[in-house]
Amino acid sequence: MSTVIEVKNLFKYFPVPAGMLHAVDDVTFTIEEGKTLGVVGESGCGKSTLGRTIVHLLESTKGQIFLEGKDITHVKGKELAAAREQMQIMFQDPYSSLDPRKTLEQTIIEPLLVSKRFKKAEMYEKAQELMELVGIDQRLAKAYPHELDGGRRQRVGFARALALDPKFIVCDEPVSALDVSIQAQVLNLLRKLQKEKGLTYMFITHDMSVVRHISDDILVMYLGQMVEKCPSKDLFKKPMHPYTRALLSAIPSVDIHNPIKREILKGELTSPINPAPGCRFAARCKYATDKCRQPQTLTEVEPNHFVSCCRVNELN
Amino acid sequence: MSNNQAFLSIKDLVVEYTSDGQIVQAVNGVSFDLQKGRTIGLVGETGAGKTTIAKTIMRILPDRAAHIRGGQVLLDGKDLLTTSEEEMRKVRGDKISMVFQDPMTALNPTMRVGDQIAEVIIHHNDISQAESEKRAGQMLEMVGIPAGRYREYPHQFSGGMKQRVVIAMALACTPDILLADEPTTALDVTIQAQVLDMINDLKQKNNTSMILITHDLGVVAQVCDDVAVIYAGQIVERGSKEQVFDHPHHPYTIGLFGAIPSMNVDEEYLHPIDGLPPDPSNLPKGCPFNPRCPYATDACRKGAIGEVQTPDGHWCRCVNLDQVKEGAIKS
Repeated sequence: MSTVIEVKNLFKYFPVPAGMLHAVDDVTFTIEEGKTLGVVGESGCGKSTLGRTIVHLLESTKGQIFLEGKDITHVKGKELAAAREQMQIMFQDPYSSLDPRKTLEQTIIEPLLVSKRFKKAEMYEKAQELMELVGIDQRLAKAYPHELDGGRRQRVGFARALALDPKFIVCDEPVSALDVSIQAQVLNLLRKLQKEKGLTYMFITHDMSVVRHISDDILVMYLGQMVEKCPSKDLFKKPMHPYTRALLSAIPSVDIHNPIKREILKGELTSPINPAPGCRFAARCKYATDKCRQPQTLTEVEPNHFVSCCRVNELN
Repeated sequence: MSNNQAFLSIKDLVVEYTSDGQIVQAVNGVSFDLQKGRTIGLVGETGAGKTTIAKTIMRILPDRAAHIRGGQVLLDGKDLLTTSEEEMRKVRGDKISMVFQDPMTALNPTMRVGDQIAEVIIHHNDISQAESEKRAGQMLEMVGIPAGRYREYPHQFSGGMKQRVVIAMALACTPDILLADEPTTALDVTIQAQVLDMINDLKQKNNTSMILITHDLGVVAQVCDDVAVIYAGQIVERGSKEQVFDHPHHPYTIGLFGAIPSMNVDEEYLHPIDGLPPDPSNLPKGCPFNPRCPYATDACRKGAIGEVQTPDGHWCRCVNLDQVKEGAIKS
């Protein structure tokens, strides 16, 4: 198995009038071919910024991004175009991520046009294949996005992402806007095509049951920082970071007979602008001590289970 | 369900919208009761008619587009649908109040948050401005916001805080019934947990009854006593939470539970419900779920489907109950 994506000490800061907004702060991980890394966290934790930075929709502030072993952090021009063919992104909102003035066929063909590698007839043939692949009826080829429901629109977004046979797709909350019965259809499609084509996903979501279902590994973020990263199974069996534990306990479960003991967090997210050093969760953490206000390191507490918490050993 | 007298009773409610000459059948014969101190959850997917039901109860449907074609909303025996607008103004906020889904748009951006709460209090009570402000401050404290933030504006609050303000407004006159339309959908899970906890506390303290509208079965499990599952403007199944969660009988309810990714069981693929919800301007004949239902027979495609009682005593709108194997809930 080979590594498709490697991210090393990646930072993304945005200058704002009040100072520096630390959206992504020192994130490191790898994703192996055919695997899915789930990235979870609440709004504003930097998960979408991370995805966008990796596919070069945003420029990174510091750190390195490798695609199949090649450093693509600062590639430009033709090299960037080539890298982008291998890395695609699928967006959250099926209503705003499709051009309302393009037919489905035109939307799916666009990446093929941009690549300049295909003849016209080839492109239409490929669009047909793609539509079939994601389960969209041929008769809808000339339809416009407003004629479709959310689930079908997400399928179109997926077909567009698949058009150039990428290795890696960032799925940014692809099912959050969909009803559960439709959500399950789209998740099944993502999994089926991953198996058939050996795709590698970075799956961004705030829904813990969805991330558990789709991911091999999970990265938990809090205000731009990595707080925990481990195989999906371990995260749900043995969450170690106090934030992960609170997050998991906050999910309303449909099991009415075994209510989980909920841990209600006090307070809300602090500001990511000019944050104080140390663990950003410390302000809401009931275990926080002075040590937590110093910079934390991500340590491998158990094989493949990384936690960024200085008290992790005492607490577990 | 308890034997308490229902004090809010919805009977055969039918609501249509007209747009571009098309008739959209949003609510098609909905009936349910709410008992004192209990919470009923209305669950369903986008477009099922949940919010229309709530707006009908509050009588805040858009005048031109929406038409109440039949039914009654009885509050202590009095039909709110035939009540004058003037009297409705006394009911809203005082007897029944509503919490909307989006706290970002439910507040007036140009008004101090405290004054928005005081406005409700002064409307329903014969008290001085100073007294209403004092009580608004207390309401803020009650929902966990320091009264010192009375003079701030909505943009200075986070989403969770705004929703707390909206809830404080809704509860300011201790209404008998709280209508909460997806009150936590726009919030993050940890904040959702805070807000649900608070709603539960306040509800118990004031013995408020609640109608909770949501698409999230997990939220229903945590907050509600009774459940009504809505599909295409009809209640397809209703009963106590235990009845519906432990023994769902309607194929749609079973499908809904099956489509949720499990937190305990590993499965390669999920079990979606095939197809799409029907177009409410062109509903299928008979049971609206029949085109997606694995158990559908000819009987499902004929006339309207009535409610039948299940062996455990809850209600279900399905003619093939015997064939629909009782769905086991994945926990």
